[in-house]
Amino acid sequence: MSAASRPSQAPADEAGAEDHSERLAVLGRVAGRILSIVLTLLGLLLLTFTMGRLLPADPVLAITGAEVNKATYDRVYQELGLDRPVWEQFLTYLGKVLRGDLGVSATTGHSVLTDLAHVFPATLELAMVAVVTGVLIGVPLGIVAAVNRGKPIDHVARIIGLAGHSVPIFWLGLMALLLFYAKLHWVDASGRLSVFYEGMMEPVTGLLLLDTAMARDWDMFRDVVSHIALPGLLLGYYSVAYISRMTRSFVLEQLNQEYVVAARAKGLSTFQIVWRHVFKNIRVQLLTIVALTLGGLLDGAVLIETVFGWPGLGQYLTRGLTMNDMNVVMGAVLLTGTLFVTINLITDRLYKVLDARTR
Amino acid sequence: MSASAPVLQRPPSGARAALLRQLADGWHAYRQHVMGMVGLALVVLLLVVALFAPWIAPFDPNVQDLQQRLLPPSALYWFGTDHLGRDVFSRVVFGARTTVEIVLLVTIIVAPVGLVIGTTAGYAGGLVDEVLMRITDIFLAFPGLVLALGFAAALGPGLTNATIAIALTAWPPIARLARAETLSLRKADFIAAVRLQGATPSRIVLRHILPLCIPSVIVRVTLNMAGVILTAAGLGFLGLGAQPPLSEWGAMVSSGRQFMIDSPWVVAAPGLAIAAITLAFNLAGDALRDVLDPRGDR
Repeated sequence: MSAASRPSQAPADEAGAEDHSERLAVLGRVAGRILSIVLTLLGLLLLTFTMGRLLPADPVLAITGAEVNKATYDRVYQELGLDRPVWEQFLTYLGKVLRGDLGVSATTGHSVLTDLAHVFPATLELAMVAVVTGVLIGVPLGIVAAVNRGKPIDHVARIIGLAGHSVPIFWLGLMALLLFYAKLHWVDASGRLSVFYEGMMEPVTGLLLLDTAMARDWDMFRDVVSHIALPGLLLGYYSVAYISRMTRSFVLEQLNQEYVVAARAKGLSTFQIVWRHVFKNIRVQLLTIVALTLGGLLDGAVLIETVFGWPGLGQYLTRGLTMNDMNVVMGAVLLTGTLFVTINLITDRLYKVLDARTR
Repeated sequence: MSASAPVLQRPPSGARAALLRQLADGWHAYRQHVMGMVGLALVVLLLVVALFAPWIAPFDPNVQDLQQRLLPPSALYWFGTDHLGRDVFSRVVFGARTTVEIVLLVTIIVAPVGLVIGTTAGYAGGLVDEVLMRITDIFLAFPGLVLALGFAAALGPGLTNATIAIALTAWPPIARLARAETLSLRKADFIAAVRLQGATPSRIVLRHILPLCIPSVIVRVTLNMAGVILTAAGLGFLGLGAQPPLSEWGAMVSSGRQFMIDSPWVVAAPGLAIAAITLAFNLAGDALRDVLDPRGDR
């Protein structure tokens, strides 16, 4: 082994030098990436800051209440730093956010960060149920449509997907409540749990489905399922259009490949070809699509949470908006933006790591 | 573009003739698309209803009659009445007006903004491109509704402000598209010729590049219109869009919410209207994409 490698010492050195410059180039690219991420996050902060400053409500009155004397008003005004120049206010805001200080909510009285940590698991749980739903419906729908391209079933699949994308989700939620809650009594409405279970579960993960399952409290688990079923399924349906459309075009692309012709010639059925070969080749692309869907679900979550009284990020944001709670709005929008950027970033990386062709 | 267009055609005599020929060919291909035609018909219906709303609506959409509140659909009140005794059908008809206003206003703001930013970034390149695209990326870094919510709240509730908020979230994809088009155009020979004649960069961008980007931008704006309508309805539902008593479908769903269990028509009618129009734009957009992208394997 070592004897064999010795004669090739010189070329290896050359390769090492090449390696070195390549590594430098990679380093440069990584630095560029990090810089661009930092700039994007800085932009996010600037945008949320602008939003907060533009809010029509007086931030001082939001804290003190409408009945306030001049002296108190001025003191709070100065404590909030509103007498400083705008750029200085932004730097102060920046410094605070970097230290994890998102301010205090005027309505709940807690720090916004605590509130966000409290409401986020609810939205995460909802989004996860939705993604699973979207994949379980969207992927098979896309495959069926691709295999039967141009036939009636293809059109039906298209309409099912498009309808989910066209019907306003808040309206669909209300109609579903009307049918399954008010008329059929199949599910529970409003919130994550029935009132009598409230506070009975010590949050471990914050995801009630997991928490109750781990505690083997099946009655409570059923209650959680009964609450999350409608909002989760509806939010998932919303993403079916995108997932099924993309799946369809990925599968169609594969079906045109020569290996499919070969497999057909070998006598494999379409079902076997799709599940054994095609699916393997589109896994990575599908994963990307699913991750991208997760970001888009944040939008739908805002509306569906309002309809179902779901105590998550979306409801926290809309409540902050109606109460003119500046810190809440800025914090929630910032978290959403950061999540969105992170998801896109991870998706991008995943795609490169998993798909050998992009390396 | 379409297979059945005549093979032997006289070459177009000028730019306008070429454009007309292209449109005619496109229309020919589009007509084959059944779903696309259904979508287009619905969009036309929306425009007609919006234009002639006062003549179509049997009642004044804002007149309250508390004696007639929450009546079920009947021959007189086609979609029933709401909690203030207003005719739901008339309100849905006038809601079409609001929707068309939003759609037009968003287009009027978004198309020029996206075009100017995109073409400038694409033609100037370098630092200008870097800065403009960075700004675009930041706007793209938010889910649309959340960003629109933030802006709508910051600007204060109201239809115009909501529309501006939506426009603020809708321009980045247009700018990206215009930039991509510009990048492919700026090395073209005719641009070099214009430059040699001494045209200034702003003249080249405004007179020679921008007009060529307009068709694809219009198509893209149409494709995004379904999303715009849904966002507008969402803002209305959350109380940040059109303010009462103006008829807006999202706000109608929201105000009918508490009477939904006993009087579902109050919520059903405006929701169906939103769904129908969004579906129409989605269908039309799908067909448009098929026609314009012959490589597409749909």
